[in-house]
Amino acid sequence: MFDVQAVRNDFPILSRLVNGKPLVYLDNAATSHKPRQVIDALVDYYERYNSNVHRGVHTLSVEATEHYEEARSKVARFINAPEPEHVIWVRNTTEAINLVAKTWAKANVHAGDEILVTEMEHHSNLVPWQQLAAEQGATLKFIALDDDYKLDLSDLDSLLTPKTRIVAITHMSNVLGTITPVEQLIEAAHRVGAVVLLDAAQSVPHLPIDVQKLGCDFLAFSGHKMLAPTGIGCLYVRGEMLDEIEPFLYGGEMVLAVTFETASWAPLPMRFEAGTPNIADAIGMGAAVDYLQALGMDNVRQHEVALTRYAVERFRELEEVTTFGTADIEMRGGVVSFYLDSVHPHDLGQVLDSHGIAIRTGHHCAMPLVRSRLHVPATARASFYLYNTESEVDALIDGLKATMDYFGNAARSRA
Amino acid sequence: MMPSPDLDDLYAEIILDHYKSPRNHHLLDSPALSAEGFNPFCGDRVVLNLALDDVGRIDAVGFEGEGCSISQASVSIMTGLLKDKTLEEASALNTTFREIMAGAEVTAVMEDELGELAALEGVKQFPVRIKCALLGWATLVDAIAEYRKAHD
Repeated sequence: MFDVQAVRNDFPILSRLVNGKPLVYLDNAATSHKPRQVIDALVDYYERYNSNVHRGVHTLSVEATEHYEEARSKVARFINAPEPEHVIWVRNTTEAINLVAKTWAKANVHAGDEILVTEMEHHSNLVPWQQLAAEQGATLKFIALDDDYKLDLSDLDSLLTPKTRIVAITHMSNVLGTITPVEQLIEAAHRVGAVVLLDAAQSVPHLPIDVQKLGCDFLAFSGHKMLAPTGIGCLYVRGEMLDEIEPFLYGGEMVLAVTFETASWAPLPMRFEAGTPNIADAIGMGAAVDYLQALGMDNVRQHEVALTRYAVERFRELEEVTTFGTADIEMRGGVVSFYLDSVHPHDLGQVLDSHGIAIRTGHHCAMPLVRSRLHVPATARASFYLYNTESEVDALIDGLKATMDYFGNAARSRA
Repeated sequence: MMPSPDLDDLYAEIILDHYKSPRNHHLLDSPALSAEGFNPFCGDRVVLNLALDDVGRIDAVGFEGEGCSISQASVSIMTGLLKDKTLEEASALNTTFREIMAGAEVTAVMEDELGELAALEGVKQFPVRIKCALLGWATLVDAIAEYRKAHD
């Protein structure tokens, strides 16, 4: 049984006050909080076996290497990668996507080729492909959104052509919460010989993921959105692809043998991990994965579906508020983006903060989606995670009512 | 723990009034100076137009834009203050306002010069919002710099 109160007790930050009020943290799509278990793993590393990996014969280095590689294995098991070597440590999702764009894609996308993305990509899965298309003379194509904020796949056959080299799509939109039908897209992409990269920054923290079942070629995600520290993330690469990719960064740790003139590359995955890696945070990510697995990702997902359903229901009370997102909660993550004509999202976020409520406001690093598809300059966004509760949703709704009151009264007082 | 800053200091009545009824909210037909300002952090945008008379004084100001109450009210108040000033005087006012946002106390002399702009003093308790308050002013600085480059 999923016990949200027990979960909350594991997160020290949830007991702090903000502006004199209990913190209501609804900005999880930006970053998540860290349980005591993850914080302890970091402290344990620094206090007991801080050392560089893969080089010393001394005890600390051996222990550090064991923990570091064990963390990789944990993450591999978490997404059901066949081998730990298929998981490459990077800083974050953005770096993972850039790694693919600058290596595999640069070598395989040529003039006249096509890259397919969606209209709801985060800038991190859009700008690298814009750049690559410009450099290589390739064309960037977009899967549009339908009226229910889902992907419109009606003309997928004309979007996917033998010229399509790579399909780079979000698994879950950070603005809308839309979960994309990736199985269908991967199958269709493979049929025309394209490879598929999933931007899984929002999905791996919230959904059970099985990369072998999905069949994706690349899967990019960040630790910090899934209870792990900032500065650590992963790129999963399907085994058959690994040998096709040249190194991304060159230097120590990624080499096998070096002469004055030349060098040969280390085996996987170190070939992609030049320089001293982020050892502590990788170990922290292992602890985060342990924590999530102990709870069970199906339970995490169920908790968030129930919470999202409740939130969408409660938002209906607010007539002045427009929400963006599919009505199909089963195909939606724990995200509610909304807009109010009378109060700018930035001001809304400010007043909610005075009530201790943290939401995100702005374009959420998805400027084309927000401006050209939602047709608003910015939105406010509440995003949930495993420690959020219905009473926090209530606090948000009350806070929104108070905000509308505040701005309404301020206007009336002069009338 | 930090004391909670007071929301009413941020959203002073004058600010909300300018937000809801912005002054000089239109572009000019043939502005001598024009610039567009953009705050990528929150998507706020301002287009500022200035016209000059024969002796180089600002004789018309207009703006368009979208954004939060602080950014739009600040530029609305600014447009009212720029009228009849030389570009040098406008630059000096910009300097004074920036000093206040950086933490300088508002003196009685300043208050005279600043007029309604003094109502934005409360913004400095909210560091994230200072950029909002400065957007119109940064756009003014750009417009003056471009004008000087073209005319010097």
